[in-house]
Amino acid sequence: MMNDSYSYTVAIPLILFFSFLIIGLAGGKLKPIVSGIFGTFFLLISTALSYYTAYSYFFVDGKSNGVYQQLIAYDSLWLQFTDKLQIHVGVLLDPISVMMLVVITTVSLMVHIYSLGYMKGEVGFSRYYSFLSLFTFSMLGLVLSSNIFQTYIFWELVGVSSYLLIGHYYERPSAVAASKKAFIVTRFADMGFLVGILLLSSFTGTFDFLKLTDPNGSALTQGSAISFLGLSVMTWSMLLVFMGAAGKSAMFPLHIWLPDAMEGPTPVSALIHAATMVVAGVYLVARLFTVYFFAAPDALIFIGYVGTFTSLFAAVIACTQTDIKRVLAFSTISQIGLMMGGLGVSGYSGPEGLGYTASMFHLFNHAMFKALLFLCAGSVIHAVHTNELWDMGGLKKHLPVTHIAFLIGCLGISGVPPLSGFFSKDEILTAVFEKNKLLFYVQFLVAGVTAFYMFRLYFGIFWNKQREYHTKPHESPFSMLFALIFLSIASTFVGLIPFSEFVTPDLKPFTSHIHWAIAIPAIIIAVIGLVLAFVMYRKESDLSGRLSGSLGILYRAAYKKFYIDEIYLFITKNVIFKHISAPIAWFDRNVVDNTMNGIAAITNFVSMRIRAFQSGQLQQYAYVMVSGLVIIVLVALYFMKT
Amino acid sequence: MNNLLWLLAIPLVTIFVLIFCNDKRQYRLSAAFGMGLQLLYSFYLVFRYTTERSSGNIEQMVFMHEYKWFDSLNIVFTTGIDAISLALVVLTAVVTFTGILVSWNMEKLPKEFFISLITLATGVFGFFITIDLFTMFLFYELAVIPMYILIGIWGSGKKEYAAMKLTLMLMGASALLLVGILGLYTYSSTDVNLLSFNILDIANANIPVDIQKFFFPMVFIGFGVLGALFPLHTWSPDGHSSAPTAVSMLHAGVLMKMGGYGCLRVAMYLLPEAAKELAWIFIILTTISIVYGAFGAIAQKDLKYINAYSSVSHCGLVLFAILMMNQTALNGSVLQMISHGLMTALFFALIGMIYERTHTRDIRLMGGLMKIMPFLGVCYMIAGFASLGLPGLSGFVAEINVFVGAFMHTDSFHRVATVIAVSSIVITAVYILRVIGALLLGPLDVEHEFETGDARWYERWANIILIVSIAAIGIAPLWLSDALIKSLQPIIQKLQ
Repeated sequence: MMNDSYSYTVAIPLILFFSFLIIGLAGGKLKPIVSGIFGTFFLLISTALSYYTAYSYFFVDGKSNGVYQQLIAYDSLWLQFTDKLQIHVGVLLDPISVMMLVVITTVSLMVHIYSLGYMKGEVGFSRYYSFLSLFTFSMLGLVLSSNIFQTYIFWELVGVSSYLLIGHYYERPSAVAASKKAFIVTRFADMGFLVGILLLSSFTGTFDFLKLTDPNGSALTQGSAISFLGLSVMTWSMLLVFMGAAGKSAMFPLHIWLPDAMEGPTPVSALIHAATMVVAGVYLVARLFTVYFFAAPDALIFIGYVGTFTSLFAAVIACTQTDIKRVLAFSTISQIGLMMGGLGVSGYSGPEGLGYTASMFHLFNHAMFKALLFLCAGSVIHAVHTNELWDMGGLKKHLPVTHIAFLIGCLGISGVPPLSGFFSKDEILTAVFEKNKLLFYVQFLVAGVTAFYMFRLYFGIFWNKQREYHTKPHESPFSMLFALIFLSIASTFVGLIPFSEFVTPDLKPFTSHIHWAIAIPAIIIAVIGLVLAFVMYRKESDLSGRLSGSLGILYRAAYKKFYIDEIYLFITKNVIFKHISAPIAWFDRNVVDNTMNGIAAITNFVSMRIRAFQSGQLQQYAYVMVSGLVIIVLVALYFMKT
Repeated sequence: MNNLLWLLAIPLVTIFVLIFCNDKRQYRLSAAFGMGLQLLYSFYLVFRYTTERSSGNIEQMVFMHEYKWFDSLNIVFTTGIDAISLALVVLTAVVTFTGILVSWNMEKLPKEFFISLITLATGVFGFFITIDLFTMFLFYELAVIPMYILIGIWGSGKKEYAAMKLTLMLMGASALLLVGILGLYTYSSTDVNLLSFNILDIANANIPVDIQKFFFPMVFIGFGVLGALFPLHTWSPDGHSSAPTAVSMLHAGVLMKMGGYGCLRVAMYLLPEAAKELAWIFIILTTISIVYGAFGAIAQKDLKYINAYSSVSHCGLVLFAILMMNQTALNGSVLQMISHGLMTALFFALIGMIYERTHTRDIRLMGGLMKIMPFLGVCYMIAGFASLGLPGLSGFVAEINVFVGAFMHTDSFHRVATVIAVSSIVITAVYILRVIGALLLGPLDVEHEFETGDARWYERWANIILIVSIAAIGIAPLWLSDALIKSLQPIIQKLQ
């Protein structure tokens, strides 16, 4: 439905594009701090507009007859393939896109403010802010997309902004390698996404989300009848689309880029690799949820399994890592796995859509507390200049604000009431419990492991043994603390939002309650994890060493991240480079090219021989002429006779 | 002012002026002025073309002029353009102009260099504006011959070998082409007195399918060699890497487009029945080209070789799209020609500039150049992003048109070929990011004494002009794509 009263929303991303251009082109000439304030100011406008949009959409006129409307606030033709198949660039407002507007602008704004302090004095400050603007622009464009090709366009743009920001310290070889890895792994996944779009559109004849996801529309039934290798074409295309989503959202086995992406500046990790870009995959599945549910239910179940497996897998690895940012990265992977798991088991109408609602709710809460945790980690790193957990300890005296903020984050992610994580995790667990017991037990276990590794970090950083630091650790400047305090407050209270009143798969609000039968065991297992961490890491002890020693090979495997990186390295270095690329290059130079050279050489050789005839000697010509004549006469005579 | 002969007259007058110039300053100023004028004139033509079309002219070709040349054989030099050839004319003008900017400091025989370069460009302009096969062939030769001289004299490395190889292979191809063209001529009419070289006339002749099948491979391969069709692409890596900067730009940016254009305009348009039957052979070859070129690029160490192989891959995509024979794919092929022309010109320009400062093209010997030449570094990254198909730059628009168009075929042969072609977007990302990482990022290699100093003004402008063109197509593709689609209609109707 077209709606003009929201047409201003197109400015929300566009402002940031101009901010990118202005800071990017003039960046070298501006004072660093001016670029920073410029970027923050532009973002502030976008944030205000987003909040206003959210207010008017959810509370004023988003609903009609008790159902949320999907509004096309802006639309323009971008590219035309045929008369019917077109790419439009537009703005689609519905509960999830409006929710994402709030998430992205809030976290991005906090990161902008935080970075004013964190990145102070760094080389490339202006560059950093221009890329942040580019990223925020692309991410907003992604969530507002009104058709799947627009999503793909912005999908690639967030990918490239992520590449640029991971590689911010481009003189560091590890940062260069990490940025390259992130881009190529997600690009590989995007290939699946692209083929998925092609397949989807070739059967449905449209890229338009409203047409694709209309439960009564013809698009859903088009490809379902045709099957290929036992699955319907629709299932294939939705699986391929999920491949793209899995790449961005770091689902197993495409997760390997995310831990390495921690090479980027910490605020970037908070914004891109925790709160916004990595949940784009979840968002994409949610955006196409109707298609998954009605036309490709097998794909949806698959998503549920992949998500749940990933969440356990990453949680186990997180327990063994010692780089605090990497622990947080694996925890992100694990939490996104839970969101995917929630989507995978969700139904469509009314309270059956709890999984969907819970997943979006968790996305929202996770954005707040994970951004908080990363920014706290940044504050810690800022103070002690190391990422290594065991080089830290006893920091609660030195960094009181960071300490409390980090504690709030940990309680939030562990699902301790009344912090936000508790509510959304409870909803996910409830939804999963009703659909699939196996997935439920796995996720239940993950809840415990999560509490354990988060408090391992907490106790390791802030309690444990007092270390010797080169310079006395000091609390961060106000701009950083402001972001921490804001996000702490947000993580504490956003859990109270009755999400099912706003975000549901069928757009009709319903009321949900806390399911204490599931909530209480979940709290208990979280507390067990917490206490275990308390016992092991409160003070320096050899307990953890003994435990990891007794686990032996299991511990080694988890510490080495189950050797997935090594497998990838083997495939890229040994298989692709050594056994495909290098041989092709050799083949080209030595076989194809030498064939051409060979032809030239033969021509040369033959002409050298023939050249002998053109000797310039009259006697020879006369000899050849006469003998030729004789032969011709003889042949002619022979033929005339017969 | 809308007589297309201006496009030939301006370069010829420039050459004439150059003959009477006598110092370096005068050479480059007159060359830049002449080609600048040519660029402005091509923009003027765009303007005239759009007004002509919006005033309701639906002729296939506009601004037609005929010049009797050889009456007894009915050879008439006919000029005319549609959106496809106009777009390529503008591309040629942009690349030639920036090529001259890049050669601003040419030390060795600058006068002869500029004269040969502009002669080459004249051949290309002539090729695109003529709609008569005979003159088209003449202009093709006119573009190839100066290439031999340019590489042989101003080149580097194994230049004599490269120049010889390039010329011989292209000459071999043109021999095939000549047979094909004469064949088309012979069958252009049943009446011996009405035989014609005019493309529009031949399109109306009903050439028997068997005859078409005989001549199609000749014409397609004849042009395909110029478009780096596997396995006849090997002239291109050596040629590119030995050629001086501006020549590489023109060569990869424009000359290879003559191949794609010829395949589209002559092979597909004039021999449609054969095209439909024989396309599968060439689809296999071009699919190989796309992936093979990209994999080949991963293993290279020399910047120019990397881009030469990358061109094999990207030009493979042009021919691949042409063979898909529907509106979207053909549109994609023309867009890819333009996009590849611009970004490869940018690449070669940048490689030349970097080489001038580092005196090496081996990526293993460089690193961290972003630190000392940020402007060139950023430009190189943008070129790289365009090449790997980042949205917002021209490569993406072209690629998705090709892929969407190719995927409209519902049989599995086309689909498998398309999926293989799509996989090139990953391989491309691998080699592009590898080069960016090795060349621009990482710690600055202090062992090598690099001449510092970022881009000078003429280098800046050359880069800016190319980048703006790439971004303009990438951000707002609709105007170009719509104009192309309209002009492609006659070809598509023949292929239906």
